[in-house]
Amino acid sequence: MIDYQKLLNPTVQSLKPSGIRKFFDLAEAMDDVISLGVGEPDFQTPWHIRQAGINSLQQGKTKYTANKGMTELRGEISKYLKRRFDLTYDPDTEVVVTVGGSEAIDITLRAFINPGDEVLLAEPCFVCYEPLARMCGAKVVTLPCKMENNFKLSPETLKAAITPKSKLLILPFPNNPTGAIMTEDELKQIAEVLKDTNIIVLSDEIYAELTYGHKHVSFAALPGMRERTVVVNGFSKAFAMTGWRLGYTAAPKEIALQLAKLHQFAIMCAPTTAQYAAIEALRNGDADIEDMRGQYDMRRRLVVGTLRSMGFPCFEPEGAFYVFPKIDAFGLSGEDFCGELLKQQHVAIVPGEAFGESGRGFARISCSYSISHLATALGRIEAFIKTL
Amino acid sequence: MAMNILSLLEQNARLTVAQLALMTGETEDAVAKKIDEYTAKGVICGYRAVIDWEKAGKEFIQAFIRIKVTPQPDQGFEAVARQIMAMPEVDSVYLVSGSYDMTLSMSAKNLRDVAHFVSARLSPLGAVTSTDTTFVLQRYKESSVCFLTDSDSEEKREVIL
Repeated sequence: MIDYQKLLNPTVQSLKPSGIRKFFDLAEAMDDVISLGVGEPDFQTPWHIRQAGINSLQQGKTKYTANKGMTELRGEISKYLKRRFDLTYDPDTEVVVTVGGSEAIDITLRAFINPGDEVLLAEPCFVCYEPLARMCGAKVVTLPCKMENNFKLSPETLKAAITPKSKLLILPFPNNPTGAIMTEDELKQIAEVLKDTNIIVLSDEIYAELTYGHKHVSFAALPGMRERTVVVNGFSKAFAMTGWRLGYTAAPKEIALQLAKLHQFAIMCAPTTAQYAAIEALRNGDADIEDMRGQYDMRRRLVVGTLRSMGFPCFEPEGAFYVFPKIDAFGLSGEDFCGELLKQQHVAIVPGEAFGESGRGFARISCSYSISHLATALGRIEAFIKTL
Repeated sequence: MAMNILSLLEQNARLTVAQLALMTGETEDAVAKKIDEYTAKGVICGYRAVIDWEKAGKEFIQAFIRIKVTPQPDQGFEAVARQIMAMPEVDSVYLVSGSYDMTLSMSAKNLRDVAHFVSARLSPLGAVTSTDTTFVLQRYKESSVCFLTDSDSEEKREVIL
């Protein structure tokens, strides 16, 4: 008998599968469940972008591209970063096109982390950072972002967590699941804490295009911070292109050179069809972003306003497309609240602890649904809390 | 806010004033006033459900009829348009470019009723010189609503965090 347990890497074995899998298996087995759980845009990729992908296939563009991504695409990414966020990156040496933002996160961690290094992680956050960092042997130190502080990373929390072993800070703003953003002033305070350290910043800006009220400021755009920042971004959220699997990193060339090696050996190159589509997105997609942002904004207002009127303490998200109400105010634990809501009213929302311990007591509601869908689900949530 | 209210209502006429106010960031009073204004001006012409009558089990037939019309002195096409509009089985009437002058859509119980409509009511109008009738075989999309089961519906998205 083969002993898999002995063969498989103990760290990978110790990674927990998403803690809410059971919960959603239950949801999938039920009829007429209204889900508010999906973390991807409901919009289809705009037609002209899809058409560009189709055209590339019709023209037989089915080969590998350059490892780092097509020259043309890297050029467009460089122009886009300048135009939208005032970032300057050389397309030839400082941009790597990846398979989604996820790969960009993975190769950045692998390029920097030695076993024993500490990774500072602002939390609640997307689920991939911790396991990927642990696979590199990192010790993950979480930096709780509290509702009292609008789920922002405070410079005091950061400062208190820094040790001589601190290697890399993950800054995931605009944030999934809280919808928090960091303004320029708030980022400057973070920069002030970091400026005399040797800590690198992985700034995951995948939701950069989806902010309401404040324009997104990239951490790399702050004075002195470019040299210590790896920007991660991609096409999934801004252009509703999740299934195309296309992201990128922008980093100083000394870093990008190493990232490019990891990418080259693990992936070869990002999908060619998606790269052609992405060129079109960057050239002619600004109006699409504008339109989708407007839709998300209206939905966000509807969800926040309705939840507040029901009595949920609810932070008003300023970015991404999630609402993160405090649900333990109704006397049930977060997990029980979500479980009962699912059982009684067949509405699935994601318990906050799926996004780290700091998310406990909250739940994530996704606004990537039609207004009618949201309104129906909110009606059921209201019916549920009346029974509590 | 104005255009937002209109497009929101066009997508879902059952949204409440409170919901519209939340979404547009206006007060409920301001939204209600705006809707009243639009209704008074005839910008909002009505609210109704979009119904898939076939699913509801109703037997009916829909037809598009193109007609050639002799414009009337002083009144152009409007006099005949008014006569056609007044017929209850007519759903829409347009003045159009091309080889025909007007297009109308109508619904009726069966083929015979459509034939009767064309021969006994439409053709006898003095200004109508010829007609061309097309029957609907299958409705795929109407008033922006798709009648085929949408394979890309959002419920089929995977739960991804």
